[in-house]
Amino acid sequence: MAAKISQMNINNPENRSALITESDETIVKVEGLKKLFPLTTGMFKRSTSFIHAVDDVDFYIREGESLGLVGESGSGKTTVGKLLVRLLEPTNGHIRMLLDVADQDIARLRGRSLKRFRWHVQMIFQDPYESLNPRRTIFDTVSEPLSVQGIGDIAQREDRVAELLTMVGLAPAETFMFRFPHELSGGQRQRIAIARALIVSPSFVVADEPTSMLDVSIRTGVMNLMRDLADQLGVTYLYITHDLAVARYMTERLAVMYLGKIVEMGETEDVLANPLHPYTRALLSAVPVPDPTLKREPPNIKGSIAKAIDPIPRCRFYDRCPLASRVCEDNDHPPLEEKGPDHWTACYMV
Amino acid sequence: MTDIITKSPALQTTPLATDIPVWRVRLRLLWRGIRTNVALFTENPIGLVGLAIIVVFASLIVIHPILMKSVWDRNVYDPVLGIDLAIPFHPAPPSPEHLLGTDPLGRDVLSQLMHGTRSAFILGSLAAIVNFIVATTIGAIAAYFSGVVDSIFMRIADLVLMMPVITILIVLGSLLNLEMLHLAIVIGILSGLGGTTIIIKSQALTIKVRTYIEAARVAGGNDFHIIFKHIVPNLLPLSFLYMTFTVSAAIAIEAVLSFFGILNIRMSWGVMIHTTQYAGYLLDMSKWWLIFPSSVSISLLTAAFYLVGRALDEIVNPRLRKR
Repeated sequence: MAAKISQMNINNPENRSALITESDETIVKVEGLKKLFPLTTGMFKRSTSFIHAVDDVDFYIREGESLGLVGESGSGKTTVGKLLVRLLEPTNGHIRMLLDVADQDIARLRGRSLKRFRWHVQMIFQDPYESLNPRRTIFDTVSEPLSVQGIGDIAQREDRVAELLTMVGLAPAETFMFRFPHELSGGQRQRIAIARALIVSPSFVVADEPTSMLDVSIRTGVMNLMRDLADQLGVTYLYITHDLAVARYMTERLAVMYLGKIVEMGETEDVLANPLHPYTRALLSAVPVPDPTLKREPPNIKGSIAKAIDPIPRCRFYDRCPLASRVCEDNDHPPLEEKGPDHWTACYMV
Repeated sequence: MTDIITKSPALQTTPLATDIPVWRVRLRLLWRGIRTNVALFTENPIGLVGLAIIVVFASLIVIHPILMKSVWDRNVYDPVLGIDLAIPFHPAPPSPEHLLGTDPLGRDVLSQLMHGTRSAFILGSLAAIVNFIVATTIGAIAAYFSGVVDSIFMRIADLVLMMPVITILIVLGSLLNLEMLHLAIVIGILSGLGGTTIIIKSQALTIKVRTYIEAARVAGGNDFHIIFKHIVPNLLPLSFLYMTFTVSAAIAIEAVLSFFGILNIRMSWGVMIHTTQYAGYLLDMSKWWLIFPSSVSISLLTAAFYLVGRALDEIVNPRLRKR
């Protein structure tokens, strides 16, 4: 396995060096990130095969910007998010983050330094009905990062929670503080989740489809709130979504994932206006258009997303690609290459 | 801003939550939670019947020492050492002096019954508390850590489930000098390690995968924090339910062991049956006052705790909950 990984790294050296030379204000830099989930069989739990959930992914996020991560279900975008907040430990690769201390590799953090890391990096989860403990009050939930980190006394925490609740638009804070999650609506719950993530003033927040479980009517409100807070507090987001419209509204840069690989990355407007990878084009052609008279071509891909179990060493998109050729089949998955100014694509054919 | 608050009569009558110390708000929330659950409980006649029986027996515990101090002569009515010398033949049938008659040794059966109630309650609640602590902790830990820890505890649980509890306790009782306290702890641990743990663990497994556990991890909570602040509070309703079942089991087991006469307990319902059997009156229906009070009490109290458990189950168990 190790030999295979190092071989892959050698495959695209120019790409890797190019990625490392971007601007100084980079807050997150991910290199060769890999997460394999073993599929265990037999009575001795030997791992015979692996799901390549995230397979050799490189990207960076500049301070204050939002990077969108789009892709269909099973493409590994949530796994990337969980790796970045260290809910999962990467199998391989480096995650460098410019936190208040120094540039550090968080992929191998443990114990006290991992706890310290949680001051700076937080996560907003997809389902606000699941991410709040039904037996704890809003105060308990929002102040949890403070209490487990031992920050402030109870009066200070109360003030801070009130401040955050007001900030996320739950005012007056006193009326919400000692309620239980089941007394609140979905939008209010997601605002609580945002308040919990921001209470330690993190510099980087992973938002895992924070609006996908909400009613369309309140979605914009929550999205605007997140943008305003980002501007106000200087938070950098990794915004995971499957909705290109949401990605366009929320993010400055966009990375498209397919089967554990980033297939296209660049400025959001650039990627959406000028998609290079056939998968991105297919995704874009599936976006609903509010025009009932419009007739359009069906997306030019076939089949559905496969399971990334021990993938064959060829382009991951080969089976569904309209442009697939011999090159795509004979070579390993194409490396990310800069096809335009800060516009990266992993495809042999474009 | 403060002017507005002090001038507004509505705000004066209901002060802001932040003006009240946190512990009082918590107490109020706890009280509110209890009230809604009590409201649900009282809707269920089964639970109320069970609760009524328990209350009647509990009142016996309170009445007994008062009677002993005021009306009843200690030499005559002491549940263990008393003897009524005015009556020539024991066991004597019920009479105005002895409402439930006397036992073969001349002691008052009613006094014994009341004293035995106290033993039953103490034993039951102690066993239930031990069971609760053991089962909830092990269940939560096994579910949270899974892997080897889980395997070890689940194999122990299988072993305990397989063991004949009564037989083991008989062996233990004959080897050791088992008193009430020891018995309660042994029953609590045995029931806590066995079936209850498996049920609590399966519930903990459904909680472990919730997103709020991940959120607690991201907040910086360690394993201890997650287990005892997030998983265990969500297990409490189910744990309480199994506590009531343990009370029933403990009372029944004590009766069986006392019947065999292998416990070092001076007076309990089981001991009363044992005395009857020892004197050879066990199957003598003409001496019904010897066997019926204690055996009916055992049946009633175990049934009562079981009924309360069923009623709690309807509140706790989402499949049975009506609203």
